[in-house]
Amino acid sequence: MSLADSRKIRLLFLQNAPLILFLVLVLVFGSLSERFLSPTNFMNIVTQAAHIAIIAIGMTFVLLVAGIDLSVGANMYASCIVVALYMKGWNPVFGFAVAGFLGLLFGAVNAFVITRLRVPAFIATLATLFVGRAIALYLSGVKMIPFGKEILLLGRTTWLGLPVPIWIFLLVFVIAWVTLRLTTYGRQVYAVGADPEAAAKAGIDVRRILFSVYCIAGVCAAIGGLVSASQVAAASSTFGFQKEFPVIAAAVLGGTSLFGGRGGVVGTVFGAILIQTVENGLVMINADPYVYPLVVSAIIFIAVLVDSLRTGMLERLERRKIRVETA
Amino acid sequence: MFQKQVQAPVQAPLLAVRGLCKSFFGVQVLHDVGFELAPGRVLGLIGENGSGKSTTMNILGGIHQPDRGEMVLDGQPYRPKGPKDAEATGIAFIHQELNLFKNLSIEENLFIGGFPKLVRGLPFIDRRKVRARAKELLAAIDLDLDPATLVSRLSQGERQLVEIAKALGADARIVIFDEPTTSLTARETERLFGQIQRLKGRGIAIVYISHILSDVMRLTDDIVVLRDGHVVASAPTRQMTVDKLITSMVGRTIDQIYPPRASRPREGQPVLEVEKLTQPGMIKDVSFQVRQGEVVGISGLMGSGRSEMARILFGLDPYASGRILVDGQPLERPTPEAAMARGIAFLTEDRRAEGLMMDGPIADNLALPSLPNFAGGFGRLIERTRLGDAVERTGRDVQVNARDFVQTLVKNLSGGNQQKVVIGKWLLRSPRLFILDEPTRGIDVGAKYEVYKIINELAGQGTGVLVISSEIEELIGICDRILVMSHGEIRAGFDRAKFDRERIMRSAMWDSVTKGGR
Repeated sequence: MSLADSRKIRLLFLQNAPLILFLVLVLVFGSLSERFLSPTNFMNIVTQAAHIAIIAIGMTFVLLVAGIDLSVGANMYASCIVVALYMKGWNPVFGFAVAGFLGLLFGAVNAFVITRLRVPAFIATLATLFVGRAIALYLSGVKMIPFGKEILLLGRTTWLGLPVPIWIFLLVFVIAWVTLRLTTYGRQVYAVGADPEAAAKAGIDVRRILFSVYCIAGVCAAIGGLVSASQVAAASSTFGFQKEFPVIAAAVLGGTSLFGGRGGVVGTVFGAILIQTVENGLVMINADPYVYPLVVSAIIFIAVLVDSLRTGMLERLERRKIRVETA
Repeated sequence: MFQKQVQAPVQAPLLAVRGLCKSFFGVQVLHDVGFELAPGRVLGLIGENGSGKSTTMNILGGIHQPDRGEMVLDGQPYRPKGPKDAEATGIAFIHQELNLFKNLSIEENLFIGGFPKLVRGLPFIDRRKVRARAKELLAAIDLDLDPATLVSRLSQGERQLVEIAKALGADARIVIFDEPTTSLTARETERLFGQIQRLKGRGIAIVYISHILSDVMRLTDDIVVLRDGHVVASAPTRQMTVDKLITSMVGRTIDQIYPPRASRPREGQPVLEVEKLTQPGMIKDVSFQVRQGEVVGISGLMGSGRSEMARILFGLDPYASGRILVDGQPLERPTPEAAMARGIAFLTEDRRAEGLMMDGPIADNLALPSLPNFAGGFGRLIERTRLGDAVERTGRDVQVNARDFVQTLVKNLSGGNQQKVVIGKWLLRSPRLFILDEPTRGIDVGAKYEVYKIINELAGQGTGVLVISSEIEELIGICDRILVMSHGEIRAGFDRAKFDRERIMRSAMWDSVTKGGR
């Protein structure tokens, strides 16, 4: 049985590859820069990672049913530009409510096109990516729009020693975790991701589940957008541009499979922090800014590669046998 | 959980099925099928592949609707519109391919259709109640596992038991097992049988479908034998023997016509030599030869390893040990490209999924595997005229029934003509060895005859042919030699002079006949 054992060890390694990667990165950056390992810096990393984590939590729902949403960056731009343009001076709670509602609408459009018109998720959300950005650019007149003071204040306020963006992120995280772990809906999301046909046979409304995950991703994109807004002060024409990349990467780095049914929001948060750690570490060691995308994309490539290897391996391990070997 | 029906008289059937008829695309697959299920009794349903077992059970399970006939459940007419209806009436179907979610825990699988809630109206799952109910259900089937264990960590046998627990949880009154023991070890099988006995004790009616006749003899109270969609035998198990069962399963089928075998296999170097080919969990010590111009048939039940062996030969799946020689030269670590380069052609079991581009025209499909042979000269561009001529010729050779090969899309052809396209595309490569897996499945008699003719002609030209088929009759009609597989091993070989339906069937049912079990 040594063959099976070595396979299991390889699988264990593959399953924990992001954690190993994280430790290696912390060691490398820590030895190159003293400031990197300070508690203040760690708090910075988490604060900066908050918006990515929030959007990636929404993305996790979509990935769990083997779907994808490329339009999250466009969604966050479109939802937030409305708040920046028309809601100056309002209580930020209303800002979040309106942005969240617009994000939900955006997600519902995706969901409708995917589940009712049966357009593959990849194409549907690629299209809404362009549509969403076009609407936002039209509304803003392609100008940089500053957010209201109350939003900016939010980014700087702390409560019980933690910045508000972290509180918002924690709230979203807890709700998502409870939903996925402790509700019927959450468990059915996993079931649909593993085997939609068997899920239908088990009496699960598969289409409803598929519809809902895109809506959740939409709400999270908008909320994550406003959190980001509180940190960057204004929505330029590149607000949310190419956000889908770190967001999907965060989820995948955290162990959520692109093939559905495996993963969860805890890993996603870890993935978001890992990505931010890389960016932060590169800043700390004064690396050439043009190197950032190269390093980040290399790490993401490793994550996706590990996911494929792991999936292939699990499939081989679970393949149905037709004869039983006796010892 | 289960409610005892106190007043029900002993003889009253729980479910009576009468006069079931069903046709698919004009072919009648069930003729007046009828049987009865009684509480606490096990009905064995047996028959060859394609005899109508699955269709019958799919009608019970609400997947298909019968054309004629009636089902009466507890004195009430039973007409399921879908699988959910069947489930709601208490019919649980335990498929060969289990319907469990491997990424979820045992308890989650048990309740995935509807979890108990913490507070009514709120979505939160009552984890404690789930745990308690799951423990109860697992205890009822003697499965000593933590309900939080992921299903992916369970053995095949344990998964089967979880399915039974699920049926119990759904208050099933009828449980249908479809070939439940094929991937179980001997001990797991014993355990399953123990549980089936307990289900009986609870007054649940059971349908047990299996090819392992010794198990059927041991486990069942009544047996129904299907052949070609007819009930050919129906009696209490104690009046039956394995021999009688085999004889009634085999019977005689409608006389089919086979073109005469004109040529004889050629002496000399065999096209294919397989030596002790082994892949754990799939096949073991498979050795045989195919000579030039010889038609060798592989018989065996589904899951006997026939298709798995063919896939290994063509390089689609790996093998652990053994040798494959083509024309005397070893074929090391085969890939489909390497196998094709050595002149092997492979017609898969599932032409829709693996063999054809359904949305492409006939010509493109025919040309696909031969494109490299027609690419030449500057830039290796494809020589369209030469290719077009060859495609046209081959299409006519295999008699694809279409006026224009470039315009007609494959999806618009009948099953028989589609099959001829698949055969044709491999003929274009003039193969040395042609492996055909179920070449006549689902095609009409006329098209079958034409496929047999093509096989004959190929053999006449010196090509070695390996035919895998569930229909023994067909193999007898077209082969020079028949090998019988069971449990991944070759159990017997018959030369043309010694062909005998019953003996072939006996070898395929090797476990039942020689060992009386496993």
